[in-house]
Amino acid sequence: MSVRLKTLAATTVLTTALAAPAIARDQINIVGSSTVFPFSTTVAERFGKSTDFKTPIVESTGSGGGLKLFCSGAGVDTPDITNASRRIKSSEVALCAENGVNDIVEVKIGFDGIVLANAIAGEPVELSLRDIFLALAKDVPNGEGALQPNPYKMWNEINPDLPAVKIEVLGPPPTSGTRDAFAELALEGGCKTFDWIKAMKKEDKSAYKSVCHTVREDGAYIEAGENDNLIVQKLEANPDAFGVFGYSFLEQNSDKVQGSLVDGVAPEFELIADGDYPIARSLYFYVKKDHVGVVPGIEEFLAEFTSEDAWGEDGYLADKGLIPLSDDERDDWADKVKSLTNLSM
Amino acid sequence: MINFTQDAGFGLRGRNKSEKRFQWAGRGAIAISLAFLVIMFFSIISTGLGALQQSQIAVTVDLSAEEVDPENVGDTSFNSLLKKSLRNAFPEVESRKDKKRLYGLVSTEAAFEIERQITQDPSLLGGPQTLWVTASDDADLYISGQVDTDLPEKQRRVSDAEIALLDKLMASGAARETFNKGFFTSGDSREPEIAGILSALMGSFLTLLVCFVLSFPLGIGAAIYLEEFAPKNRMSDLIEVNINNLAAVPSIVFGLLGLAIFLGYLGLPRSTPLVGGMVLALMTLPTIIIASRAALRSVPPSFKEAALALGATPVQAVFHHVVPVAMPGMLTGAIVGMAQALGETAPLLMIGMVAFIVDVPTSVLEPATALPVQIFLWADAPERAFTEKTAAAIIVLLTFLILMNLIAILLRRKLETRF
Repeated sequence: MSVRLKTLAATTVLTTALAAPAIARDQINIVGSSTVFPFSTTVAERFGKSTDFKTPIVESTGSGGGLKLFCSGAGVDTPDITNASRRIKSSEVALCAENGVNDIVEVKIGFDGIVLANAIAGEPVELSLRDIFLALAKDVPNGEGALQPNPYKMWNEINPDLPAVKIEVLGPPPTSGTRDAFAELALEGGCKTFDWIKAMKKEDKSAYKSVCHTVREDGAYIEAGENDNLIVQKLEANPDAFGVFGYSFLEQNSDKVQGSLVDGVAPEFELIADGDYPIARSLYFYVKKDHVGVVPGIEEFLAEFTSEDAWGEDGYLADKGLIPLSDDERDDWADKVKSLTNLSM
Repeated sequence: MINFTQDAGFGLRGRNKSEKRFQWAGRGAIAISLAFLVIMFFSIISTGLGALQQSQIAVTVDLSAEEVDPENVGDTSFNSLLKKSLRNAFPEVESRKDKKRLYGLVSTEAAFEIERQITQDPSLLGGPQTLWVTASDDADLYISGQVDTDLPEKQRRVSDAEIALLDKLMASGAARETFNKGFFTSGDSREPEIAGILSALMGSFLTLLVCFVLSFPLGIGAAIYLEEFAPKNRMSDLIEVNINNLAAVPSIVFGLLGLAIFLGYLGLPRSTPLVGGMVLALMTLPTIIIASRAALRSVPPSFKEAALALGATPVQAVFHHVVPVAMPGMLTGAIVGMAQALGETAPLLMIGMVAFIVDVPTSVLEPATALPVQIFLWADAPERAFTEKTAAAIIVLLTFLILMNLIAILLRRKLETRF
């Protein structure tokens, strides 16, 4: 064999060896939301320590990215579980089905409060959802049943009870799930308080959505990146600014920032859990049923996640900032998980 | 016309002044950049040093045969044993809420630590023993003096009740700060007090190993061929331009390429140092090729010509006489490329290495993460105690970067021959 042929043969062998199908996994693979990441990893770590199974790998890809990976196929080279800080969309269910992922188990794990906070050095404020909408939406009603570009520069122009400081809100960029949830719960919540906009929902849903979900772009809302610690630091440096971030960051930094009251309710653990605090969203994860029994430990992992020790009111996830579901809802979801009930939209 | 003999000093003062001005401007520029460097190092090191100290709490555990069966140590619930000994130490704690606070003073790892200490030294069994266990992150913040007790209770992570308990522990000498060995010997964790960087460090090492094994031979091979053998024509010009362009491509693009080809087409396992190393190898290749070509070009042509004149074939001339002289320069290029690869996160994001991985990887086929990724993940964690861990991980990364660059400089100094 000439040298050239030898090289060719060697290359072919190497490529085939590399292209060999992925070997069966003995480790659970989890992807998805960065909001659920701290909870998912905590359970994964405990699961790895307390059982003989390997510690699951948890990737932080964002809710959308996670579902895309999850729905990319049914083989063992795809993730077993994906975390999401919103519910799966019907378009994603369709994508899953297209790629052969038909049996998905949905698990709702708890709530996450989104807070509007400012530095301790600033004045504590009480906002309504309407105030938030008027302060941050791109177009706001002009009082005559039409829209105008947001003219408000100071908080007290919106509501005389608010301090006379410039509107300056630091928050996550549009790619973030937190931003989606904030737009849906806070902005739309305030938007709906105008009857004529609410009436629009029936006639022209997309126009309604664009009015209620579009954040102003004239510098009053500052996109501060996905890192919530950074927002806390910036708030500390600028007592006039407000920040939008998850409840767990407020809890960990209570010596630096204070949460604003929204519709008269403070962002506190019990109040979010009871559903009184208006800006709270549900967190989920989705399990590929085909992988149960193929990748070892999935059932046991689900049992660990849905145990009272983990997601209960005094569970270790509550210590990490997860707001637990009500007792009934927990029982309900735990049953669904045990029987591996398929997702129903 | 200027009369040079007469006007030799024309405008001399002005010219000297502008010379001085320029020199001072230069010194100023250096001083400013040095000041930034010092500020950066100071802030990172002053935050990070805290992570080298870890608080521990002493608990007296009853290890008599009634509690722990010497034959079956593994059957014992060390968690309830630990809770019991904490209750014994603070008999005044009664309500459920206060008990929860009390248990929260020690790390969730504490029960495992007791078990490990017993497995290591079975002679502890038989009676009550005082053992040191890791304190929880909040307790650690208080013991190391990072909690401002002047603030109202609501604004603190550590409540008055917990402070009372901790003060009692500290007064009786049952709380201490020790060197945090665990930071260097354990993997990642969601609990800041037991999180370590060993898994990330091993991941980085394995990834760089793969990267080096792939990119170094390929890189210098390409450089030698292009510089010494390739015909100089349009085609080789095109290749040269493309290599230079490749060096400037944003690294995330290589990650996307890796995702599509290595994971998608070749079906290699996700999150592994093998794929990470392959992606980073693509990224470092241009750097190595460019540096190696420069090193080869700096070897005087007379070396090669002399060898050729004595009857050596071109391959012999190049490999016996040119490459050995250029080797230090090539190695330097490779090390600089590796240092670049060590600091990369973006391409690793696409191939699943930005992940929570507890187990320390031992082969290139096991899931792993890398040092800069670990920094990224810790910087994003809500727990306050991760701040100092982040800074400490940055110190470790910087140390390795400085070491690698130092080796590159030393290699150049020691081995390079000047002509």
